[in-house]
Amino acid sequence: MSEQVSVMTGNEAAANAARLARVQVIAAYPITPQSPVVEQLAAWVESGELPAEFVAVESEHSAMTVCIGASTVGARTFTATSSNGLAYMTEQVWWAPGARLPIVMCVVNRAMAAPWNVLNDQQDSMSVRDAGWVQLFCRDNQEILDTTVQAYRIAERLHVPVMVCYDGFLLSHTMMPVAVPAPEQIDAFLPPFTEPFTVVDPGDPHNIGPVVMAEPRADETGATRGGYMEIRALHHRALLDALAVIPETDAEYASVVGRSWGGLTWEHLLDDAEVVLVAAGSLGTQLTVTAEQLRAEGVKAGVLGIRAYRPFPVEALRHKLAGRRLALVFDKALSYGYEGPICSDLRGAMLGADGAPAVFGAVCGLGGRDVSPEDLAEAARRALADLDAGARTRETDWINLHLEGRA
Amino acid sequence: MTTKILDLPDVSFVLPGNRSCAGCGIGIALRQITAALEGRMVMTVPASCLTVLGGMFPIASVNVPWVNVAFPSTAAAASGIAAGLRATGRAGEMTVLAMAGDGGTGDIGIQALSGAAERNEDFIYLCYDNEAYMNTGTQRSGLTPAGARTTTTWSGKRENPKDLPRIMEAHGVPYVASTSAAFPADVYDKVAKARGITGLRYIHMNTPCPSGWGFDPKDTVRLGKLAVDTGLVVLYEVENGVFRLTGRSASLAKTGRPRVPVSEYLATQTRFRGMKPDAIQAVQAWVDDRWVRYVARDAGACD
Repeated sequence: MSEQVSVMTGNEAAANAARLARVQVIAAYPITPQSPVVEQLAAWVESGELPAEFVAVESEHSAMTVCIGASTVGARTFTATSSNGLAYMTEQVWWAPGARLPIVMCVVNRAMAAPWNVLNDQQDSMSVRDAGWVQLFCRDNQEILDTTVQAYRIAERLHVPVMVCYDGFLLSHTMMPVAVPAPEQIDAFLPPFTEPFTVVDPGDPHNIGPVVMAEPRADETGATRGGYMEIRALHHRALLDALAVIPETDAEYASVVGRSWGGLTWEHLLDDAEVVLVAAGSLGTQLTVTAEQLRAEGVKAGVLGIRAYRPFPVEALRHKLAGRRLALVFDKALSYGYEGPICSDLRGAMLGADGAPAVFGAVCGLGGRDVSPEDLAEAARRALADLDAGARTRETDWINLHLEGRA
Repeated sequence: MTTKILDLPDVSFVLPGNRSCAGCGIGIALRQITAALEGRMVMTVPASCLTVLGGMFPIASVNVPWVNVAFPSTAAAASGIAAGLRATGRAGEMTVLAMAGDGGTGDIGIQALSGAAERNEDFIYLCYDNEAYMNTGTQRSGLTPAGARTTTTWSGKRENPKDLPRIMEAHGVPYVASTSAAFPADVYDKVAKARGITGLRYIHMNTPCPSGWGFDPKDTVRLGKLAVDTGLVVLYEVENGVFRLTGRSASLAKTGRPRVPVSEYLATQTRFRGMKPDAIQAVQAWVDDRWVRYVARDAGACD
């Protein structure tokens, strides 16, 4: 009843997590770089190693729909996708949380077309951040496995779906040692899913997800039931409750498996840091190297990693960043015509907070553009120079952009 | 097995006072559909007239489990419900019924339906074909008949409707049937037969729509029957690839009784008002050609 360490890709780590979570229905459609996750699960279902239904659907829209149908009748479900696949299922990406279904989906982060590009950035999952899912970002393959298992506990406690995001190729296709818990360990952590939000039973018929009016209405007994806004407010409350449930779940997992990932955020060399480098996903791992390099140059740098992007951990970030000089946010996504999404969110969170640092944004790595720790360090030096020159805000810094020549 | 209308079971899972329009064919048929499944079912429904019939939260008008889903997703939702019931050991407790309109089935829903049919998923899919997007205000669908005026074909649709049951047949599913809401016993028998079959069962149901077609709500059944008497709507089933006409269409073919000219049927509805004689003639020729092939298939010819 102990862990086995194997060298595996991020996709294999995700598949192992789904197996350990004893998922009952898997539905997916192939897209690079997600495909190996479901290829592995299909093989386990075929061999009987994983007693689950595998539905090889004809599109991502149907992949999420199959999960919606199966989850509605109380089955534990899993899917995974990337980029345009996520965009294609967007209608259902909104339906699943609205219907309060605890679906877990791995999003293997990939750039959005057009133009075609199969490499990594985080534009895909960022584009559905407002749909009402919990979004967790992973920095390495071990975290992918552990977070995907934790995602079921979070989803089923709160009745909201959870998106586990990890960087395409950088993690999905990169081999790393991963400790795989024994099934008994995960069974001790994750009980079977027995309390679905919805009842599907001919002996107790319900109309699930019907038209809901703007105003509250009386039911057949005369009792007032909420309208659309009340339902939305309760959904929002569940996401806010996740701010407590995510760290609790991480702590419970640590007590069984022995590993903790820090809940909402994680940090490296943060204690006395004056300059804080902020990012989500594997970019955060790179930033740890950058921070060490900057420290060698005498800059008190540290890293604050975003693990939970939705719900956005406002209080945790305010607390961690109070008294710092600068928060420099590295986004692998962009809200066109504005700036990187994490940067905007962080600036909003800092507004009016005691001891709030200046918040500067940088965009990097779009469509798999290579970014090295030295590139990131150089961006930090530029930001510091701007700050020392008196800037409190500035335009987004594009890292490794070469606009000379024709696009 | 042919059930007579007076022998239909005296149970109803459709409660009085639902929100369907007066004379709606769906309301008539849903009683028989749910009765044929004895209420031991879960139905899944996309945004459609049927959603309206089902009621607004927190009041429901149908006494069976009902899962609302997004417009294009009915067949995938039914696949997921069926998979979820198998995975949780409850597959034997209820039949999964997907029920959507013509647009939800033949236009926006056809991809998910085709995928589910190719996988031979275990559910009944019933398309209630009222021949346009009625819930959104009578816009043309791929199943709107030629000549019909809709709010997106103001001078009458130019194309014939796509033959959805034949598309489903081409998937090789074990059961395909065509029925009409004007023949409740035929609807009942086909759903009851489908219930006993495993795999994807497709039932296409012509469903007269007073508001969308432009006729008096009291005439729903009369017009539905008239459509069958012209041969525009044909009652049949294809069981494991074997075709046979059923009910009124079978007796029309057997007796050789002349079919009613389509012009008589078209004249009953305002949507066909002002149709030119050559357009009516084209519809008649289209119906005649199809009828000959249906009768030949019924007699055992390959098609």
